[in-house]
Order: sequence, then C-alpha cells, then structure tokens
Amino acid sequence: MTLTLLAATPIVGALVLMLLPRSAAGAGLVKAVAVAVSVLTLALALFVAYGYDTVEGGYQYVEQREWIGAIGASYALGVNGIGLTLVLLTTVLVPIVLLSAWGDRLPAGRSVNAYLAWMLVLEGLAIGVFSATDVFLFYVLFEATLVPIYFLIGAYGGPGRSYAAVKFLIYNLVGGLLMLAAVVGLYVVSAQSGEASYLLSDLTGVEMSQTTERLLFLGFMAAFAIKAPLWPLHTWLPDAAGNATPATSVLMVSIIDKVGTFGMLRYCLEIFPNASEWASPVVIVLAVISILYGALLAVGQDDIRRLIAYTSVSHFGFIILGIFVFTQTATAGATLYMFNHGLSTAALFLVTGMMIARRGSASIADFGGVQKVAPVMSGILLIAGLSSLSLPGLAPFVSEFMVLAGTFTRSITAAVFATLGIVLAAMYILIMYQRTMTGPLAAGAEGVTDLTGREVTALSPAILLIVALGFYPQPLLDVINPAVEDTLTSVGQSDPPPRTEVVQTSCEDEAAELPPSFCVSDDASGPSAPEEGGE
Amino acid sequence: MLDLVWLLVVVPLVSGLGLLVWGRGADRFGHLIATAASTFAFVLGLLAFVELWGRPEDDRSFVRTLFTWISAGPFEVDMAYRFDPLSALFVLLITGVGTLIHVYSIGYMEHDPRRRRFFAYLNIFIAAMLTLVLAEDYLVMFLGWEGVGLASYLLIGFWQHKPSAAAAAKKAFVINRVGDVGIALAIMLMFAQFGTSSIGGVNASIGSATTSVATALGLLLLLGACGKSAQFPLQAWLLDAMEGPTPVSALIHAATMVTAGVYLVVRSNAIFDASETARTAVIVVGLITLLAGAWIGCTKDDIKKALAGSTMSQIGYMMLAAGLGPAGYAFAIFHLITHGFFKANMFLGAGSVMHGMDDDVDMRRYGALRKAMPVTFLTFAMGYLAIIGFPGFSGFWSKDKIIEAAFAHNFWVGMGTLLGAGVTAFYMTRLMLMTFFGEKRWADEVHPHESPKVMTVPLIVLAAASIFGGIMLLGYWIEEWLEPAVGPTEHHDFPIPVWAFSVIVTLVVAVGVAAAWATYGRKPIAAVAPSDDEVSVLTRAGRHELYGNTVNDTIAVRPTRHLTRFLVWFDGKGLDGFVTALADRLGDTSQFLRRPQTGYVRSYALSIFGGALVVVLALLVVTLA
Repeated sequence: MTLTLLAATPIVGALVLMLLPRSAAGAGLVKAVAVAVSVLTLALALFVAYGYDTVEGGYQYVEQREWIGAIGASYALGVNGIGLTLVLLTTVLVPIVLLSAWGDRLPAGRSVNAYLAWMLVLEGLAIGVFSATDVFLFYVLFEATLVPIYFLIGAYGGPGRSYAAVKFLIYNLVGGLLMLAAVVGLYVVSAQSGEASYLLSDLTGVEMSQTTERLLFLGFMAAFAIKAPLWPLHTWLPDAAGNATPATSVLMVSIIDKVGTFGMLRYCLEIFPNASEWASPVVIVLAVISILYGALLAVGQDDIRRLIAYTSVSHFGFIILGIFVFTQTATAGATLYMFNHGLSTAALFLVTGMMIARRGSASIADFGGVQKVAPVMSGILLIAGLSSLSLPGLAPFVSEFMVLAGTFTRSITAAVFATLGIVLAAMYILIMYQRTMTGPLAAGAEGVTDLTGREVTALSPAILLIVALGFYPQPLLDVINPAVEDTLTSVGQSDPPPRTEVVQTSCEDEAAELPPSFCVSDDASGPSAPEEGGE
Repeated sequence: MLDLVWLLVVVPLVSGLGLLVWGRGADRFGHLIATAASTFAFVLGLLAFVELWGRPEDDRSFVRTLFTWISAGPFEVDMAYRFDPLSALFVLLITGVGTLIHVYSIGYMEHDPRRRRFFAYLNIFIAAMLTLVLAEDYLVMFLGWEGVGLASYLLIGFWQHKPSAAAAAKKAFVINRVGDVGIALAIMLMFAQFGTSSIGGVNASIGSATTSVATALGLLLLLGACGKSAQFPLQAWLLDAMEGPTPVSALIHAATMVTAGVYLVVRSNAIFDASETARTAVIVVGLITLLAGAWIGCTKDDIKKALAGSTMSQIGYMMLAAGLGPAGYAFAIFHLITHGFFKANMFLGAGSVMHGMDDDVDMRRYGALRKAMPVTFLTFAMGYLAIIGFPGFSGFWSKDKIIEAAFAHNFWVGMGTLLGAGVTAFYMTRLMLMTFFGEKRWADEVHPHESPKVMTVPLIVLAAASIFGGIMLLGYWIEEWLEPAVGPTEHHDFPIPVWAFSVIVTLVVAVGVAAAWATYGRKPIAAVAPSDDEVSVLTRAGRHELYGNTVNDTIAVRPTRHLTRFLVWFDGKGLDGFVTALADRLGDTSQFLRRPQTGYVRSYALSIFGGALVVVLALLVVTLA
C-alpha cells in the first residue's frame, strides 16, 4: 500500500486545493497548502527510499491485485532502483517547483487553485507511472499525464499557449495511439502463450515471432521517442516549453519526458530484447544526431526557454544513447543522467523564469549586464548553466561521462561524435550567460531585481544537490546499479572486457616491496574483468 | 603529513566557496581569509615535501584513496591522490607563487568593490590546480583540469562589465573545451583498453598495449595539453586572456595553469615513452609554438600581450623538452619552475607599472620608468636577466639544458630552440627599453609612482627566486629528485664540450640584445605606434597574432554559425514545416470528407440511390461473369 499511498497523497492534496476558496486573499493559503502537500509527499518518498534494500535490489514495495480480469490487467505497483530514482526525482522537484511558482502571474480569470492542483495531480500520476509494473496500468497512467499538462500549457501559458498545447497533445496522442496498438498486440501474444497477463514479470521473456516482436517494439518506441524526445520527433518540445510557465516546463521536461527514456529502459529492453538489439544501430545514430542537432539549435536560439528546450533534446540524446549501447556503465550513467538532467534543467528553467518574469521578455537580446543588478541570480544561473554543460564537480558530468565511457567500449565512432557535444554545450551556455549577464546594463533591464529570499530558498535545494551529487554520486548509484544489472541480464547483454590483457597489477612495476599503502588500492585494473566477459 | 595532503585542496576550496556564499558581510576581511588559506596550503605542502624528501629514494610515491567517486559495474574511479616528487614540486610552485600573488593582490585589488569575490576565485583556482597535480586518476585530474578552466573563465571575465573581458573569458573556455574533448576521449580509451583510468593502472598496463593505442592516447592527451597550455593550434585564447586582472595573468596565465599541459605530458611519460609518433608530435607542437610566441612577442606594444606571447614561447620550450622523452622530462619541469618564478615576477612587475600608470598597458606611452619605480625596475630586471638566459640566472640553466637536449635529438630542432633564444633576448630587451629606459612618453596628468610594500615584497621574493632558481640543478638534484616519477634522465654524448656550447648560446642571446638595442635603444620611440601599412610584413603578421583568429574564424566559427543558421531554418521550416503541413493536409482531408455530410435528406437519398445502383450493377457483373 505504500506506493499507492505515495501516489495518492498529491492527488488528494489536489482535491483539497479545489475545495479551498478561490479568492485573491486566500491565494497565500492555497499555495502554502500545495507546498505542504508536496513536502509531505517528499517525506513519504524519502521513507520509501530509506526502506529500500539496495543489497537485495529488485522490485520492492510490491502490491498487486486483479483489476480487469477479462484482459488480464492488474493493478500492480513496485519500484526497482530505476523506478525509485525517478520517483525521488519527481518528489524532490515538485516542492521546488511549487515554491518557485509562488509568484507566477496567471492569465486573467484563472485561479491559482486549479493551477497548483493540476501540478499535484501530475505528480501523483508520475509517481504511478514510475511504479507501475503492469503494462496496461502503465499505459493508462502514461496517457493520463497528458491531461494535466494540456491544461497547464493551454490555460496558464504564454500568448502562443493554445497552439503549443494542441501541438503537444496531438504529437503525444499519435505516439500513444501507436503504443495502444502495441499494447493490444501484447495481449494477443500473451494470451497465445497461456493465460493473458499484462504483468511485466510475465511479459519479460514471453515468446513471440521476430516480426511481431519488432512491430510491437516499434509501437512502444514511437511513443517513448516522441516523449523523450528523440530527433526528428522533437519539434513539439520547443513550442511547448516556449509557451508554458517555468513550473510547467520543469514538470514536463524534467519529469514527464523521463517517462520516455524510462519506458525504453524498462519496457522496450525487457519485453523486446531482440528487437531492441535489432534497432539499436538506428537508435544510436538518431541519439547522436539528437545530441549534436539539439546543441547546435540551442546555440542558434534567441528565446531563452526554447534554448533550454533544445539543450534538453541534446541531453535526452545522451540518455537514449546510454540506454541503447547495452553496457552497465552506460545504462547506469543514463539512469543517473535522468535524475541529474531533471535537477539541472529545473534549476535552469526556474532561474531564467524568474529573470524573464522581471523583464517581461524571454528574448536574450532584451537582457545584458544583469549581473550588475542581480548578482545572486547571475550566480545561480551560472551554476545551473555549468551543470548543463557538464562541468566536472557538478552532477551531470558524472552521468554524461559514464554514458560516453560505456558507449566507447561498444562504438568508438558514436562516442567521438557524442563527445563533440561538450564543445557545443560550452557554447550554448556561455553565449547565453555572456549576452544576458555581462557587459553594460541593457536598456530596459534595469528593473531586473535580484532574487528574493523565497526564490533563493526554492532554488538552493536543487543547487546543493547538483554540487553534492557531483562529488558523491554513489548513494544514487548504489540504488541504480543492481536494477541496471537486472535489466541487462534480462536483455542478455554484458560489458565487453578491457581490450588489453594486463598481467601484473598496478603496484608491481614500481614498488614491489613497498607497504600496501604505497600501492594503488584499486586493482580492478585488469584481471577481474574477463570473468564477466564474453558476448 | 602525507596523510593530510588532501587538506591542501579542501582548505582553499572551503575558503573560496565560503567567501562566495557569505556575501558582502565578508567584504572587509575576505582577502585575509583567502590569503591565510593559501598560506596554510603552502606551509602544509612544504612540510609534506620535507617528509617526502626524508624517505628513501624508492619510497617516494605516496598514493592514498579517500573514497570511491564513481562505481558502476566495471567502471570504477577513486578519489585518490598521489604525492610523489613530481606533484610535490608542483604543490610548492602553486602554493608558493600562489600565496605571493594573494599577498600582492591585497594591494593591487584594494580599490575594487568586488575584491572578496576575486579572492574567492583565486582560492578556488588554487584548489582546482592542486587537484589537477595531485590526482591519481585521470578522471580526477580532469576534474581539476576543468576546474582551473572554470577559475580561469571567472577571472579572465572578472571585470565582466567590459564586453571584451566577457568575450575573452568565453573564448578561453570554449577553445579549452576543444582540447578537453581530447582528454575525455583519452580517458575513455584508457577505460576501454585497460579497464581503469588510474595513473598507476595505466602505467602498469601500457607496456602490454599496442603502439597504436599508445600513439592514440598520446595524441589525444596532446590535444588537451594544447588547449590548456595555449600551444599551436589551440593558442588563440591566451592573448585575449590578458583582459583579466594582472595578478591573474601572473598566476594562471603564466606561472601555473598554462603549464598544466606540460605537466600532463610529463605525468603520462609511460604513454609517451611507448610512442615515438606521439613524442614527435609534441616536439613539433612545441617548436612551432616557441617560435610563433616569440614572433608575436616582438611586435606587441601592449606590455601584457608581449609577455603573453613570451609565455606561449616559453611553454613551447617546455613542451618540446617533454617531447624529447627521457632526455627531456626533468628539464621540462625544471624550466617550468624557473619560468614560474621569473614570469610571475615580470607579470606582477607589469602590474606594478600599470598600477602607477593609471592602468595603461601601452608601452609606447611608458619610458624612463626606472627612476619613478626603482623597486619594480630592479625586480623586473632580475626576471629579464633570467628569461634571456644571462649566465648564472635561473633561466640560463634551465633553457640551456633544453637547447642542449634538443641538439642531441636533432640538429634542426636544436637550431630552432637556439633561434628562439635569440628572439627571446630581442623582444625582452625591447620590452625593457620601452618601459624603463629612454625618454618619458607618458602624458602630463599621469604620475608614475612606486607601488606599496604589499606589492613590492612579493616582487622582491620572486626576483630572488628568479636569480637563484637554478640552484635546483646543483649536483643534478632535479634529475635525481624526479627520477621516481619520470625515470632516469638520458644523457647524450656531445661533439663539443658543454661549456663551449653555453658560450655559443650566450653569444646568440647577446646578438638578440644588441639587435634590440640598435632598434629601440639608440633612437627615440614613437609615442604612437606606426600603422600597419608602415611596418614590415613580419611585424604586421605578429601584431595580428599570426592570423590565428582569422584561421579559427574561417575553419570553425563561421562554418558553425552558418550550420546553426541553416539548422534553425531547417528545424522550423523543414522538419516542423513538414509536420505542420501533414496536419494541414489531414485537416483538408477531413474538410473534404465532411462536405457530403450536409444534413439535407435529399442529398443523402441521392447518395443512397447512387450506392444501391453501384451494388446492383456490381452484382449483375459478377453473376453474368
């Protein structure tokens, strides 16, 4: 029941918000309640994480009961390390988002109650999506997340919000439709092999013909690739992010888009291992294109929000690359990347959102020299930006390098092209920083005041986590590693062993008779690897 | 003490971050805290150095793992440090020169409202640079490597209200990132080949690897070294980096950070020993840069840019020495250290001059400053004598050794280094003459004055180091000291006695000095620089930094800009246009399909009739056939 409770808490909170009075005077209370609900959810999630046994691994907090017997669908929840990581991401980000959205100016006639309620509903659905272990339940929740986002963009966004919301909806519905077809197909496959079941555990390793497997894989993959978004299916994202409030953008890009990569990792790889391997060369190429294309497009943007959206296209390219090269290093890196990208992009969207709200424009050209009037804002933007360009010492570097190193063992070409992305990343972040923050104060930007105490409070958890996980990512990796190992085992993949066979350990040549403290303590350098080698 | 070496990094880091977070409340004493942190690091480094020295020679590599940084399946990276003779020397250089520059900056930045922030950045730089040289894993080294890049970015752009400073900072970071691609790929290759990126692990495994792997590793690391050390072809950022406050130029862009590339090559000596191709590439890069930098140094009127050209050139010497392999590693480091002394000395001297000249950097408006600033003049002169290689001064010993080793390697490489020595003497003499001698050329409202004690004392200390730094060669101490880290130094037989060789080098230097005196000492210098049309082709090329920026513009910046523009167009009009058009067509189709649904019973009746007719006809056709 723990996971049900966790997912239900924000949804119940949303109902409470709708019952509260909708007056300007009561807005403060509504906001406070929303933040309190999200903090309570975070506390529950931390309790779940605390109770998760990383030595044991696997799915924990499992609950399962029959739901729609006729089609074999069950209400089944449970988290493994990957799911838990994303649940944590969701619950960590929502309080930050709600606190940052405190000052959001909504279009005339819109109540803050519904605005915040939709966000809490979305949080509950996201927790459900990341904990579902039944494909049908996953599908239903996956589609359900479209509704809150549609309203969050369409009702509370900027001037182009209607177009953006419809575009978002149609793109994602098309993906969802293809997935629905595949979900139906999966029922047929499962029914043929015995009793119909949508449980992930039953579907892993289910027998199906090569063609069936590939077609069903493509159905799932299409939905996930639109969500993630993978080039060339990304064009909805810049429009959506460019017209949504910063809070909505964070929920959409940092959390809900992760359902795409999460789905690839959990559903595509585990249910369709052979088809995943069959498709991997194409997916890898598309991922590398995403990395470079997204980065180049980000360099060319004038709208700050669109710029961040394109950086995410580039970052999602790294995540998808990490998933489809099938090495433990890269897959663990990709999972960690989902978390880190969530933090880093949230910090970017939120701090630039505060900047944009003060200036009344999102165009880079309307800023300049802001550092002089808002040093704290500029400092936080710089840290968030540096994390986006994967500066070592900040969290995204660890995950990005793991993806690259894991890719390199499979495909040097892909790794080399992907690595070029780090130069473009330096360009898109530093050009934006240079144009907005440095130089003489631009005319019209005098009104950009520095961050308030509440805003700093809202952003500092994200910044602190970005720094802390840069130097000590191991707590999260400990959660992720066993789950990644399980996933790769079910796909039948393992890491290639080091290519150079090394006979001696690292100590021997320089200090044979030295005390142990003078040796390199880590002697994983050579012989330990071959035992897990092979194809 | 050796167990506490990690404090070298942590103390300045905490101090730096703390000063940033503390905010304006720490404005009054922030510089003192930062200086104390740096001094602490120096004292601790000195104690650790002494302890290391006290150990037997084969017991001077101290490796300690602090914690596991990243561990996922086969990928494991430890936060571990290696305190050995090589890193120990660097620790002393970084914290020693670093502390002097902290002290100097107290005076230099006194009137800057953001002084606390400046000192915080300096502390962060010290922490990152120490991480770089102490790291036992290449990935941890990369952490320091990009960390110093960040510090450099922040400090070049410290006066970010100036658009030129902000642009220079960004340029430095981006060009360095190009080099960093090389390092990142090298680490990935190490991981794929050896399953580890620890220095100990790579050293142990490189012997089993093929030469092509060693060559690839060497060339990739060299790419990184070129970025950080402003070597050809990634040199273009260094001269722009002079936008930063002068203490920064002295510490980061002369004495320590820019020499990190040399450190990287020497630290990776096992890799370079295994690949002749990689070593040759290092020599070529070093030789080109040493001549190019000297050329640029001859033509710049901006005192800091002239010194920056000189830095490029001197690092070229070190790089070349490192490329000579076991014959040159120790001398590369030797020259790196003496250069750290005398170049920091001269940069701080230049800062002192600017301080007295209302921040003017144009040497054409200097002249005769030796009387107005006697201490600055005398200390600068010591640096000058050291860099040109005046017999007995530190640079004489260190540069001589490199030229010697270069000749032993290849006659033409040797000639290149010899030519470089002559040109160095020329441009440095020019700089001396233009700044301190001749007629005064400054405007009447400028009142040159000597700098306060807090600035001149560090100058005096560095001047002393510039004179006596050569003492490290006494009894070949430097070679023996570094042996555990870089292996024994190879010596070659030489056709002529070493003293005769030194005489030849000194004669070439004397020619350079004489040529400069003939050009700039005997006749008055114009207070306004002759325009590009009036100077020779060589001077014009030097002034434009050998058109490095034009080349970068043509092959990288502009194509990227065009590609970006094209892709922005393609994304909007092409990809998204296609999707939108598809949606429109779908819309049209539904419009078309909607048309018959008029709601009029008569038209429905007509279509029912038409449909029935078709069915009947079809049935007829089928039965008849």
